[in-house]
Amino acid sequence: MARILLRKMAKNQTGTIAAVKVGGELGQRIRDMGLVPGTDISIQGRAPLNDPVALRVMGGTLSLRNNEADFIEVEVDDE
Amino acid sequence: MSNDITIALAGNPNAGKTTLFNALTGSRQHVGNYPGVTVETKEGFYAKDGRRCRLVDLPGIYSLSPYSEEEVVARDYLVNERPGVIINIVDASNLERNLYLSCQFMEMGVPMVIALNMVDVAKKRGIVIDHERLSELIGQPVCPIVARSGQGIEQLMATAMAHAMEHGKWRPAKISYGDDLDAVMIDLTKIIEDKHFLTKDYPARWTALKYLEKDDRHLSIGDAADVEVSRQLVEKVEEVAKHLEQTMGTEPDAMIADHRYGFIKSIAKQNVVQRSVDQDRLYTSDRIDRVLTNRFAGPLIMLLILWGLYDFTFTYSALPVAWGEAFFSWLGNLAELYVPDGYFKSMLISGVIDGIGGVLGFVPIIMFMFFGIALLEDSGYLARVAFMMDRIFRIFGLHGSSVMAYIISGGIAGGCAVPGVMATRTLRSPKERMATMLTVPFMNCGAKLPVLALLVGAFFTKNQARYMFLFTLLAWLTALVAAKILRMTVLRGEPTPFVLELPPYRFPTFQGLLIHTWEKTWQYIKKAGTVILGISILLWAMMTFPVLPAGERQHFEEQRQQLMAQSAPALVAELQQEDALSPAALRLRQELLTLDGAEAEAGLRHSLAGRIGMGLEKLSWLPGFDWQTNIALVGGFAAKEVIISTLGTSYSLGAVDPEESDSLGAVLAKDPRWDRVKAMSVIIFVMFYAPCFVTVACIIKESGSWKWGVFSMAFNTSFAFLLSTLVYQLGSRLL
Repeated sequence: MARILLRKMAKNQTGTIAAVKVGGELGQRIRDMGLVPGTDISIQGRAPLNDPVALRVMGGTLSLRNNEADFIEVEVDDE
Repeated sequence: MSNDITIALAGNPNAGKTTLFNALTGSRQHVGNYPGVTVETKEGFYAKDGRRCRLVDLPGIYSLSPYSEEEVVARDYLVNERPGVIINIVDASNLERNLYLSCQFMEMGVPMVIALNMVDVAKKRGIVIDHERLSELIGQPVCPIVARSGQGIEQLMATAMAHAMEHGKWRPAKISYGDDLDAVMIDLTKIIEDKHFLTKDYPARWTALKYLEKDDRHLSIGDAADVEVSRQLVEKVEEVAKHLEQTMGTEPDAMIADHRYGFIKSIAKQNVVQRSVDQDRLYTSDRIDRVLTNRFAGPLIMLLILWGLYDFTFTYSALPVAWGEAFFSWLGNLAELYVPDGYFKSMLISGVIDGIGGVLGFVPIIMFMFFGIALLEDSGYLARVAFMMDRIFRIFGLHGSSVMAYIISGGIAGGCAVPGVMATRTLRSPKERMATMLTVPFMNCGAKLPVLALLVGAFFTKNQARYMFLFTLLAWLTALVAAKILRMTVLRGEPTPFVLELPPYRFPTFQGLLIHTWEKTWQYIKKAGTVILGISILLWAMMTFPVLPAGERQHFEEQRQQLMAQSAPALVAELQQEDALSPAALRLRQELLTLDGAEAEAGLRHSLAGRIGMGLEKLSWLPGFDWQTNIALVGGFAAKEVIISTLGTSYSLGAVDPEESDSLGAVLAKDPRWDRVKAMSVIIFVMFYAPCFVTVACIIKESGSWKWGVFSMAFNTSFAFLLSTLVYQLGSRLL
């Protein structure tokens, strides 16, 4: 297991959120959408200019900007 | 009917809330705005077996945080209006995420029934939910429904009404947030109950929770009620926050969110959700996304779709627009024939009929555009547009969703800023929305095009198409740069978090599309219509009063009589017939028309608008405008195509039809006061100065404040003045 930033994840890679290191409105929005520690996610794809990123969370699809994804740490299996 | 039960509908965006509302109320609904905010709430009635209830559709939200207007409206509604029960609509195929909001309603304690929607879609995805078990575990009634087909909604309403009768009192649910926070919650609740702090409106446990979450809005309500108690609570919260930070490196609000999800996941695991199919398999929606958001195909398809929407809006609305114009010109002719000459007639024709015609002229465009947007929005495609365009628009401090508004306003030359301003409603982030709304009028709308065509045709005869294309690019560049300037100054601030849901693709319901379209169109007619009629009459008055002194009018009349007296009586008689005039009679008619033109010019010059135009010459020498141009630009505030007819009048040609402006073009091209530099300066000014007043009225309505309307006029005009001055001063020195 390794802990990496959400931004570094590759397409179709899966992992479990380990930490969300931001407060305030952004932190609240991220958590509202289900991105809390312990949640499984997988990378669905990226927009044509590589940003934002689309992820699958609990049966729904969300998108986040890369600089927002930087606050999220994910546990992934070692390749 | 005062004992009607009030039921509030609440839920996440995309959970099918609007579909359920439409299914329940049909056409018996109306839209209302809360004072001071732009968020809409809809109301309607549902009647069954002699019992009736009032339904209120709250805005779609993910949470009850204090960060967005929608969330605050929903919260305040529940507290201030105390509905008998809320129906919380939950997407069955996305249960855990949707229950997050339900969880917060339970914390608040408001009586609630959960409508488990789209159970059919969930089933197809291999998800089966035991709704009885779910109801047992969360302690709230749960009714499975399919809002699109109406399945289960009678049962839902019966349950909701019965629930409202039984449970009048709010009973906050006790959810555990971990040992540390649970202990503090007990302390806080005790203080709040002892001091009766806000307990009249809010359950004590809810206040305690909001203090723990450091909810600014609730804190300020608390401060206003009792500063002492409020401070005491904040101190307690800070103590535990410090402790959490040291021991776990987290904050109370994060901790609370984690535990809410923990609570939801524990419920889902207790045999509530059964998944029979592998969760990772591709749903139809994901397969569509593989193409529609593909790195290469995605942007191309998006361009095609947006162009299609634009084409649909402006091509299909052209015919009804033409009918409308024909009707109002027929009405004008009728007034011309039957109303006695005088100011009343002039006001009726130029102020009222033209004004109402102007308002209604936009109606078909708005209807078609909203139909198209509703189609894109309800199908889920609009979220993909935002997803793909966000990277580019973010550079300018905007949002991916801004692209729609720009395109409709004339990003493809020939749109209209009125529906463009209204299209900004699809943006949920307030600052990005304002910046978009204020800069869409920079696009080349259909009314500016004839003005540009006139000047390009007269002064840049070669490469006309190339110039028009250039002006389209210039409009985009300017609008985006202006948006950036606004976002760095008056609309300064961090970008609103983008965190956006990409809902699964769905076929929109036809009823939903029609209701959506009709609603927006009616709002436009009602709200913008009244303002526009008033201003239209005002502009008419400005260009009419004060009228030429009697002496001067006498002078023109004498000249006319003199002309007639000099001609043979047979020739004067010949003028009465419409066609087949002899050359001599034609010449006479031309001379008379010239005289009429000269009188109209003198009249215009004498009017308030004319005086303003001449007064403005003190400034307008900078961008190189003469008084005639100034009046035309003042008139262009009514509608940009008016610039042509006013310019015609002020150059003594009489009113010029914007569609046939060749004669005016020829006059301007020959006029020594005009050259290519001046023409370019005027073009730039026309492209960027104050939006027409219909647009301004819409900006005021959409932003909820007249200040933004005034701002847009002042900002755009100064901006255009600066650019034109630059062009004219540099141009006349260099060329």
